[in-house]
Amino acid sequence: MKTLEDLKALREKLKADMKVRQNDGTKIIIGMGTCGIAAGAREVMSAVLNELAVRKLNDVQVQQTGCIGMCEKEVLVDIVRPGEPRITYGKVKPEDVKKIIAEHVVNGRIVEEMVVGKIMQD
Amino acid sequence: MQHIRAHVLICGGTGCKSAGSKEVQLAFSRAIEAKGLSDEVMVVETGCHGFCEHGPLVIVYPEGTFYCQVKAEDVEEIVESHLFKGRIVERLLYHEPLTHESIPNYSEINFYKKQHRLVLENCGAINPEQIEEYIAVGGYEALAKAVTTMSPEDVIEEIKKSGLRGRGGGGFPTGMKWQFAKASVSDKKYVICNADEGDPGAFMDRSVLEGDPHKILEGMAVCGYAIGADEGYIYVRAEYPLAIKRLRIAIEQAEAMGLLGENIFGSGFSFKLHIKEGAGAFVCGEETALMASIEGKRGMPRPRPPFPAVAGLWGKPTNINNVETFGNVAAIITNGADWYAGFGTEKSKGTKVFALTGKINNTGLAEVPMGITMREIIYDIGGGINGGKKFKAVQIGGPSGGCLPESMLDLSIDYDSLTAAGAMMGSGGLVVMDEDTCMVDVAKFFLNFTQSESCGKCTPCREGTKRMLEVLTRITEGQGREGDIELLEELARNIKETALCGLGQTAPNPVLSTLKYFRHEYEAHIKEKRCPAGACEKLANYEITDACKGCGLCARQCPVNAISGEVKKKHVIDVTKCIKCGACMAACPFKAITKG
Repeated sequence: MKTLEDLKALREKLKADMKVRQNDGTKIIIGMGTCGIAAGAREVMSAVLNELAVRKLNDVQVQQTGCIGMCEKEVLVDIVRPGEPRITYGKVKPEDVKKIIAEHVVNGRIVEEMVVGKIMQD
Repeated sequence: MQHIRAHVLICGGTGCKSAGSKEVQLAFSRAIEAKGLSDEVMVVETGCHGFCEHGPLVIVYPEGTFYCQVKAEDVEEIVESHLFKGRIVERLLYHEPLTHESIPNYSEINFYKKQHRLVLENCGAINPEQIEEYIAVGGYEALAKAVTTMSPEDVIEEIKKSGLRGRGGGGFPTGMKWQFAKASVSDKKYVICNADEGDPGAFMDRSVLEGDPHKILEGMAVCGYAIGADEGYIYVRAEYPLAIKRLRIAIEQAEAMGLLGENIFGSGFSFKLHIKEGAGAFVCGEETALMASIEGKRGMPRPRPPFPAVAGLWGKPTNINNVETFGNVAAIITNGADWYAGFGTEKSKGTKVFALTGKINNTGLAEVPMGITMREIIYDIGGGINGGKKFKAVQIGGPSGGCLPESMLDLSIDYDSLTAAGAMMGSGGLVVMDEDTCMVDVAKFFLNFTQSESCGKCTPCREGTKRMLEVLTRITEGQGREGDIELLEELARNIKETALCGLGQTAPNPVLSTLKYFRHEYEAHIKEKRCPAGACEKLANYEITDACKGCGLCARQCPVNAISGEVKKKHVIDVTKCIKCGACMAACPFKAITKG
C-alpha cells in the first residue's frame, strides 16, 4: 500500500462485504411464512443467494418476511431499490430468479408479467 | 459459492465472554452448520458493545436485531426462527424496564440513545481481529492523510485546534504535549500509549483495545509522525490477556499491509510498535514510573522536571498519552478539528467514555458528549439505582477522585467543573452508591487501595496514607476519637502538598470529598458510635423486635451464645457478647431481628 488512493480503493472493495450491516442499498425480501416455505421459498432463497454470488452483487441485502396473506401467490419475492416503489413478484420459482435479478435488481426494469403488487415507499 | 446474506455479531468482550459468549458462538456455528446455512450466514466475533449488564449480546444483520442475555440453549431457536424464517425471537429482545416494551433495534434503547460514540464507534460493530473490517469503515485514512498531505506542524495544529485533552485523568491539552515533544531535538524519540488502567471500576481502555485495537495503533502512528518518533510502546497490564492478544494480531496485520513499519505510504515515515506487559502495579500508570518499568527497572516515579517530552524513555524525548486520547486522534484528523470541537463544552471538547458500575441498573460503558449532567448518565443511560433504592453518591475518577452527593447530580460533566467540585474526571470510572453505602467505609476502601499500591518511595505517601487509613479504620470500628476529623484533614493537606507523584498527591481526595459532603456521617461514627447507613459491622446493633415468636432458631445459630430467652417468648441479645456477625438475622424466619 503506497498511497491514500490505494487505501481508498481497498476500502471500497472491502466496504461491500460489510453492507449487510447497513440499512441501505437494494433489498430482496422473500416470504418465509409457512405458506412460503411450503411453496418452495427456501429453494428460491438459495437461487437468489447463488445468483447474487455469481454476479458478485455483494451489496444487495437479502431479508425474509412472514405471511402477508397472499398465500395463494407464494413464493412472494419483493424487490426494493432505493427511492423506488416496493415491487412484489408472485409464484416465483427458482428458475425465475435469474431473470428478476438481471432485469430488476441490476437494470431497474420491472418484470411486469410476474408482478402481483406495488407499494409506494415514503 | 453463496451470497452472504446475514451477519451474526457476537460480543467477544471480556464481560460477555465471562457470561458465556464463547459457548454461544460455538452453538451458533454448530446450529448454522446443521441447518445448512453455513454458506449464507457469517458469524463474527466483535469487541464490547458496552451494554455488559445484558450480555452475552448478539446482533443479527441485516435487520440489526439486538438480542440480550443469549444462552447457548437459545441459539437453536434464533437460527431456526430468525435466520431461517426471518422471524424475530421476541423473548430475547431487550425489554425497557419501565414500559416492558420490547425493542428490536439497539439504537432505540435508552442506554444507547443519549450516547455519542466517537471512540467506541467501532466497538461491537466490527471484528477487531480483522484489519479488513477496520479499513472498510474508514480505518487508516487519517494516517494516510496525515503522512501524505500534512506536515507534522499541521497535525499538531489540528490536534491543538480540536481542543482534545488527555483522557487519562489530568486533562492536559494533547496538542501542547505533542508540541513539547516535537520541540525537543534528539536523534531518537518515543511514543507511549498508557494502557495501565488501574482504577477500581474502570474498564474503558480495555474495551477499546479489545474492540478496536487498530484505532489506537493509528492514533499512535499519527502522533509518531507529528513529533518525529519512529518507535512506540503500548504499556498494557498483563491482566488484560484478550487486549494483548488482539493488539498483537493488529500490529502483525498492520505491518503485513505496510500500515506500520518502514516508509509508510511512501512518505519516508517509519513507525514500529512494541507491546510491554505490565505486572499490574497501580503506580505504573504514572508516566515516569511507567517508563522506568519499560526500561526494566522497578516501577517508581521520579521528580519532574525534566518532563518526558524532554527526557523520557531511555532519556529520550517521549510523548505519553492514554488509550482513549489516542482513540480520538484518527477522527480528528479525518473529520477536522472544527468538527470535533463541535462536541462538548467550551473548555472540554469531544466526548468521554464512562464505565458505569456499582448500584446501577445498566452496568456498562457509555460514551457521552462533555457537558452532559451526571443525572442523565445515571438515570437515562444507567437506568437508575437498582432495587428501587435511593441514590446517595457517585464516586468519580477512581482513587484520585471524589464522591459527589445528590445535590451535585445536575453538575455539567467536564474537567473543570469536576475539579471545582472536589472530584476529577480521572479515567472515567463512575461507581454509583445507594443509601446502604457508608461514606466513611467508601473513603476507607479507596485509601486502602492507594495505601497498598503506594510504591513507598516518598514518605508522605508511604507513611501518610497509612496513618490516614488507621484513623479511618478506627472510626468505622467505633473507636473514633474527638479530633480525628481534624487530624484526617491535616494529614490530607500535607500529603497533597508534599507527595512526589500524582498518586500520592491525589490519594486523600476520597477522604476530603466525603468529608466535604458527608461530614455528618463521620460525626455520627465518632460521637454517637453509629453508622447511619448500617454498613459498618462493628457499629451495628442487632435487636430483636416484638415480631419474635420465640422459636429459638437465632439462639442456636449464635456462635457466641449471646441470645437467650424462653421458648415461645421474645428473645433478647446480650450486646456485650454480640460480635455482630449477622447470623441471627439471616436465620430468623419472621424477620424479627433488625440492624441499626
